[in-house]
Amino acid sequence: MRKRNTFRYKLVLFLVFAGPAAFCFLMVMIVPFFYGIYLTFTSWDGISAVKEFVNIENYSAVFADSQFWRSLLLTAVYSLISVVLVNILAFVLAYLVTGKVKGQNFFRAGFFTPNLIGGLVLGYIWQFVFSRALVCVGTELDIGVLSTSWLSDPYKAVAALIIVSVWQYSGFMMLIYIAGLTSVPKDLIEAGVIDGCNKWQVLKNVILPQMRSSFVICIFLSITRCFMTYDLNLSLTEGGPYGATQMAAMYVYQQAFVSKDYGAGQAEAVILFAICAVVSVIQVYIGRKNEEVLQ
Amino acid sequence: MKNQKNKYGVKFWGLSMVFLLYILPFFMVVINSLKEKKDIIRAPLALIGEHGVTFSNFVDAAEKMDFFRALANSLFITSISTILIVLFSSMAAYIMSRKNWLACRGLFLLMILSLAIPFQVLMIPLVSIYGGIFHILNHRTTLIFMHIGFCVSMSSFLFYGTIKSTIPIELEEAASIDGCGQFQIFRKIVFPLLKPTIATTIIINALNIWNDYLLPSLILTDSKMQTLPIATRVFYGAFSADLGLLMAALVLMIVPILILYLFLQRHIIDGVVAGAVKG
Repeated sequence: MRKRNTFRYKLVLFLVFAGPAAFCFLMVMIVPFFYGIYLTFTSWDGISAVKEFVNIENYSAVFADSQFWRSLLLTAVYSLISVVLVNILAFVLAYLVTGKVKGQNFFRAGFFTPNLIGGLVLGYIWQFVFSRALVCVGTELDIGVLSTSWLSDPYKAVAALIIVSVWQYSGFMMLIYIAGLTSVPKDLIEAGVIDGCNKWQVLKNVILPQMRSSFVICIFLSITRCFMTYDLNLSLTEGGPYGATQMAAMYVYQQAFVSKDYGAGQAEAVILFAICAVVSVIQVYIGRKNEEVLQ
Repeated sequence: MKNQKNKYGVKFWGLSMVFLLYILPFFMVVINSLKEKKDIIRAPLALIGEHGVTFSNFVDAAEKMDFFRALANSLFITSISTILIVLFSSMAAYIMSRKNWLACRGLFLLMILSLAIPFQVLMIPLVSIYGGIFHILNHRTTLIFMHIGFCVSMSSFLFYGTIKSTIPIELEEAASIDGCGQFQIFRKIVFPLLKPTIATTIIINALNIWNDYLLPSLILTDSKMQTLPIATRVFYGAFSADLGLLMAALVLMIVPILILYLFLQRHIIDGVVAGAVKG
């Protein structure tokens, strides 16, 4: 008892409990993060021992690199369309599955299945679907749009990426919407029905306002996931045709590990971080506002 | 009443159609993994190829991607990382939720802020620090260490929330009066009460680590250490892909997870929802 207030006792206690986690966390996330910012001011090819200090040259190079901005724009467009479609589909699925329908659990488990498998394998599966199976359907039935592989056309390849993302994430977001839907108080819905609302009015006036927080969670989860897509991009299109579908995460990888320009690659990564940070701040802000509304 | 029943029917069939669309890609891969290469190219949609059903694709694919070695690697890395993540983050969360020390608050704040850091910002520094300065790339231990580093903050939040909201501090005070030290209190009282959160943490982290491709591909370049996702890349090298082997490899990748899902379906779904909503 007498030792419990000394500084040494507290220090040992902290190190025993939080030490291992803190050490791994600091060494893998915090130290590399700051080291990474330092790297953006150097030019390094990955091999030489010296890292030459180059001031803000990397950043000015990145700002002048139109290909990087194109990949960023592509990422934004892809994310925007995917997020909208994912959330609409996920909500509709959740609404249908939670209604009185046979085999609820079966459907719920089934729609979620793609999320158990990594983006890399999913991309390979769909690569086969787009480049072989759909082409076969197209030629057999004489459907012009399908008779050539979608993956060899720049625009259709982006559409393919969006389709696969929607397919994958809608099952995941559906689960969160289901959790939200089942937590809407039953008596509120009953009150609405007694007051003469039809199904659509109940949905619009009673259920949707109660599900604000589910929407915030789902929308931000899908934004961050889509924005950082790498595995799927790599396995489905490999950035092709001719780099037309190379999104930001992949561009950073190419810049650093293929072109061996680590400084510029890291500078681009830091720009991605800045975008993510802004999105997170907005999320926290909206989350706070939500709580105020609900109270 | 009759009208309503009918309506449920429409809903059911509508959902069934969407469901079929959802699983169609998996189905395509499975049927084609049983065909010979010629049959896949000629008729990818046929249920059974002209030359009949063959299992040789699986044997060849398993050999070419060194399936069993990769499986062992993946199992080893996923299980050790997950166990250590549960241990480390539950302990850290315990001390952070019970003591209001500066160090605890500082660590907690850093962990919250770190959630906004995308992996792409860290990958170049990680390779540069652990490869260029410490020279410890290509060790499974290094990868496990990094997985832990990436996962502890999220897992700590889950534990932190549970400890704050569900474990009464009176319980610990009673144990303390009975002569338990801080570590004993954690091991005998707090940790056993965390079981549901432990299950959630295991499921979320194991799935992520098992499926992760980018980090292992940067750390483990030696083919002997490859995990399953890296091993699939073998089929997409410079040589034109042998579709039969490829399909078989994809089936080999999917099947272990689906079998597990069949048994743990409810737990996996609950775990994923809990992780997403609380985090």
